[in-house]
Amino acid sequence: MSGSLLKVAGVTRRFGGLTALDGLDLDVGAGEILGLIGPNGSGKTTFFNVITGVFPPNAGSIHFGGHDITGFAPPAIYRAGIARTFQRSRLCLELSVLDNILIGNQLRLTRGFIFNLLRRRRFADQYRAFRAEAVDLLATFDPPLARRIEEPVAGMPMILRRRIEICRALISRPRLLLLDEPSAGMTHDETRHLMDDILEVRRRLGGELAIIIIEHEMGVIERITDRCAVLNFGQKICEGSYRAVAADPLVQQAYLGVE
Amino acid sequence: MNGSFPRALLPGLAAIVLGVLFLALLLTFESQWSVGALLAGGAAVVFIASRAGLLSRAATSFDTHEPVMAGATILALLVLAAWFAEDHFPLLMLSTVLLMVTSCLGLTVQFGFAGMVNFAGAAFFGLGAYTAAVLVRYTHLPHLLSLPAGGLAAGILGSVLIWPMLRTKGHYSAVVTIAFAILFKTFLEVNDTLGGAQGMKIRNIVVFGWKPNQDIEIGSLELSHYLIYFLAALALAAVAFVFCRRLERSWIGLSMDAVRIDETAAACFGLDVRRWKIVAFTWGNVLAGMAGALYALMVGYVAPNNFTFGDSLILVSIVLLGGIGNVWGVMVAAALMILLPEKLQAIQEYRFLLYAVLVMLILLFRPQGLLPRPLRRYLPGGAGR
Repeated sequence: MSGSLLKVAGVTRRFGGLTALDGLDLDVGAGEILGLIGPNGSGKTTFFNVITGVFPPNAGSIHFGGHDITGFAPPAIYRAGIARTFQRSRLCLELSVLDNILIGNQLRLTRGFIFNLLRRRRFADQYRAFRAEAVDLLATFDPPLARRIEEPVAGMPMILRRRIEICRALISRPRLLLLDEPSAGMTHDETRHLMDDILEVRRRLGGELAIIIIEHEMGVIERITDRCAVLNFGQKICEGSYRAVAADPLVQQAYLGVE
Repeated sequence: MNGSFPRALLPGLAAIVLGVLFLALLLTFESQWSVGALLAGGAAVVFIASRAGLLSRAATSFDTHEPVMAGATILALLVLAAWFAEDHFPLLMLSTVLLMVTSCLGLTVQFGFAGMVNFAGAAFFGLGAYTAAVLVRYTHLPHLLSLPAGGLAAGILGSVLIWPMLRTKGHYSAVVTIAFAILFKTFLEVNDTLGGAQGMKIRNIVVFGWKPNQDIEIGSLELSHYLIYFLAALALAAVAFVFCRRLERSWIGLSMDAVRIDETAAACFGLDVRRWKIVAFTWGNVLAGMAGALYALMVGYVAPNNFTFGDSLILVSIVLLGGIGNVWGVMVAAALMILLPEKLQAIQEYRFLLYAVLVMLILLFRPQGLLPRPLRRYLPGGAGR
């Protein structure tokens, strides 16, 4: 791994008296899949929120692709190439599947008033192109769902919502994808399929996409990650391959449970 | 279409004809009993049509042949205006409804698309009206220019109000608009230059050497001067409609929807939440301001009591009743909310009480409004599916 894609150094985030992240250091290389594990409340989701700019860090620095993005607002961080999913699916339920995926495509949507209101022919061309792209992307996850792209998301089961959410994150072709508990609310088999699909799409995109995944399903972590980091009370207590991490006595005590 | 008359158009056209017929009778009837009977009859027809599935077929016509339906609506309204060409009152009422439609389309952009509740709609309407009045009274600008000037003034003052609104969230930003609505009226009442509580008259409006506030005589025919204002209001409403429709069916509408539904998620996907709120708020106020300016010229008179907080509430109720974000719903709701109290003197006194009850009933039993907003279609007529 020549140089890291994401370099987090000494990041601290406090909420009042609570230190949710405490001097965290973490590197992710291009194309790497990093598992982020730890007990509830250990700061995993806060870590995602800090990277994506939802909560700026109180201390420390975040570099992405060699650029300092510390304290950037969420839209700027997204433009730099970081996309995410949310722990509790945050789709726009009253909008169609297509609308939801296209929301993730902000970088490439032409947003001027003249174009959108008066150049309707050219708008229609752009619309058709992006729609075809969204259908293609969705079809790699779920061909039947790709045919229901005009339907509202409300009423669709969790597995479909997760797929839509991941497509929304991927359509902008990010360099780093943050997955926050993709297995939440799904069965083992559904999770397995979803992960296979993500790996397949990643292969098609040239394997350059790096992923950080928060997950409680150790089977998922073991199968897909190159490396794991364990958080506890906002600190990184261990880092290494899943096997090494799982064998670490500190980790067992904090998370996996000991006799 | 095979060159023949598409049968899918029929239910929609029938709905337009019936709707305009209803309006014509409502504006013609004088006795309270006949108005009451008409309302009961109208409600019965709507109920039976909805049970027979005719309403949804009409909705399909509007959905698949929108340009034809919009053209037919304009044509039907023109016929209606020609029917009343010599009567002041019905034309004044119809023009007022159209101006309210334009204002409410502005609110639709703000509230329906970007999710910003604006309880100062009537204040921005009034701002446009007062701008027009001041320009006509105190300057030598061509009087026609007071229309865009009214929109501009409302847009500019709105962009000042937007700053405190952006610093607050949800209900609190609605409170800022309430404060502005009340402040606006109070300011007008104590400002003597603007006529104080009595307001001021606008006289001698001239457009291209021609005086639109005098009745038009063609041979033995004497047409109401409101006919001109009706046509102007219709044109303005049509432009506002096309503007809103295209906005909704574009990336701008999509972005505003995303901002309304989940600000945090929207920001994480690169949307500049503040930018879209500013854009929506400003354009909405421009529409309200232009409608207000035309209103001032039409009635030739502006006073603080025409632009109260209560009037702002009526605008919001129209949007709620019509179906938040539905541009067709706004028209139906505006016609009902403006015309019914005018025609039913029995309820005029209790107008606000009834509005309040109505809003509560809508929110309880049909929160999506009379005509719920359908899913977005980017290209009209089902193309691109």
